[in-house]
Amino acid sequence: MEKLVVKDLHKSYGSHEVLKGISLKAKAGDVISIIGSSGSGKSTFLRCINFLEKPNAGSISLGGEEISLQKNKQGELIPSDQKQLQTMRSKLAMVFQHFNLWGHMTVLENVIEAPIHVLGLSRDEAIARAEKYLRKVGLDAQAQAKYPAHMSGGQQQRVAIARALAMEPEVMLFDEPTSALDPELVGEVLKVMQTLAEEGRTMIVVTHEMGFARNVSNHVMFLHKGLVEEEGHPDEVFGNTKSERLKAFLSGSLK
Amino acid sequence: MFLDGFGPIILDGAWVTLELAVMSLLVSFVIGLGGAGAKLSSNPLLKGIATLYTTLIRGVPDLVLMLLIFYSLQIGMNHLTEWQGMEQINLNPFVSGVFTLGFIYGAYFTETFRGAFLSVPKGQIEAGIAYGMSSWQTFSRIQFPQVMRFALPGISNNWQVMLKATALVSIIGLSDVVKASIDAGKSSYKVFFFTVVAGAIYLILTSVSSLVLMWLERRYSTGVREAEL
Repeated sequence: MEKLVVKDLHKSYGSHEVLKGISLKAKAGDVISIIGSSGSGKSTFLRCINFLEKPNAGSISLGGEEISLQKNKQGELIPSDQKQLQTMRSKLAMVFQHFNLWGHMTVLENVIEAPIHVLGLSRDEAIARAEKYLRKVGLDAQAQAKYPAHMSGGQQQRVAIARALAMEPEVMLFDEPTSALDPELVGEVLKVMQTLAEEGRTMIVVTHEMGFARNVSNHVMFLHKGLVEEEGHPDEVFGNTKSERLKAFLSGSLK
Repeated sequence: MFLDGFGPIILDGAWVTLELAVMSLLVSFVIGLGGAGAKLSSNPLLKGIATLYTTLIRGVPDLVLMLLIFYSLQIGMNHLTEWQGMEQINLNPFVSGVFTLGFIYGAYFTETFRGAFLSVPKGQIEAGIAYGMSSWQTFSRIQFPQVMRFALPGISNNWQVMLKATALVSIIGLSDVVKASIDAGKSSYKVFFFTVVAGAIYLILTSVSSLVLMWLERRYSTGVREAEL
C-alpha cells in the first residue's frame, strides 16, 4: 500500500505558478530522488508536502489518511484540523539544507526535543532512542554534549538526520541535504543516507547529487518549470534519457 | 557622623531609586514583549498601534513625557472621581512613577525585543513547525530562549539608561536618591559634596547591575560561546 500519495499539486506566488500539477506516490521502502535545476520547483514541492508552503490545489494523504484542507482568503489550501496537521508532520520528518538544528540545545537535547514534546515519550525513552540513532549516524557519546555551533557541517547534518530518525517517521523528507556542505563532508552524509535506504526506509530526496539519485534511489523525478518532465527507474532515466532538457541538465551536472 | 547625619535619608533615597527602577523594568519588560509581538503580528491594527506608540514615545524627551503622563494621569483621575461624585483620589507618586517610566521604556524594550525576535534564524522555527510542534511550543521552546540571548545586550543598555532616568521622578515629588541628596546639600550647605555622593550611588548601582547582566549574558549564550555554568 502507498505510504504517501500527493495528487496534482499546484502552487503559485502571486501570478507566478511554480508548481503546475505534480503527483507522487511512495510505497514503503521507496527512495525517490527529485532532481532539476534551481527554480524548477523541486524544493517548493517538498515543502508543500508538510505544509511549510501552502499549495493552491491538490491533495495529500499519508498512510491512507487524507489531510482535510480548506481555502484561505489568499486562495491557498490550509489544513482545517491543526491537530491532524501536527500529527502528520510528526510522521514526516524533514532534513533541511541548512540543518536548522536548535542552537541553544546540545546535540542530545536536539534529538530528544520533539520525541518528548510532540510524541509524548518519557525522557528516558527519548534518550534511549536518541543514543541509538546518534550511534547509527556515527556520532559517539562524546558528541552528545556538544552544541551545534561547535561542529562541522557534516556532523551537524548527521545530527539532523538522527533528529529525524528519532521521530521514527513514516516518510523522511530531505531538502538538498548536502548542498550547504563542503565537498569533503558530502560523503559522510551520503553514506548515512545510503544506509537508511538499504534499511528500507521511505525517503523523498531533493538533491543535486546525481550519483545518489542513480545508485541509491529506485525512482527519479526530473522537474522543469513546475512540471514533471521525465520520471522512472534511475536506470531508465539516466541510461535511456528521453527528454532533451534532461539530457542538457545531465551533461551540465556531470562532474 | 555618617554623611553628616544625612546617611539614613540618602540610603532611603537610594532604596527608592532601586525599587523604582526594578519595578519599572518589570513593567517595561512586559510592555516590550507585547509591543514586539504586536509589531511583528500580521494584524494591521495591532501593528499600527504599536508603531504609533514606539514612534511617539521614542521621539519625545523623557522629561516632557513624565510631566505629561504623570499630570494627565492625575487630571484624568480627577475627572473620573468628579464625574462619579467621589472625593479626589491622589495618585501614589511611586505607583505613577513606575507606570510612567515603564510606559516610556516599554517603547525601547519593544524595539529591543523586536530585533531579538528577528534574529532567531527562521530555519530553526521552521524545524520546530516541521516536527509537529504547536505555535506555543515553537515560541516557548525555540524562539524565547534565544530571544533572551539576542535581547540581553539591549536590555542591559535600556536598564542602565532607565536606572539613571529614575532621577527625573524627583520632579514629581518622590524622595529618590537625587531628592534626598539635594535636601541634604541645601540643609548642610554642602551641595557639591552631596551631588557627588548621589553620583557615586548611581555608579555603584550601575556597576553592580552590569556584573549581574554580564553573568546573565553568559548564561543565555550557551551553545554560542563556551559557557561555564
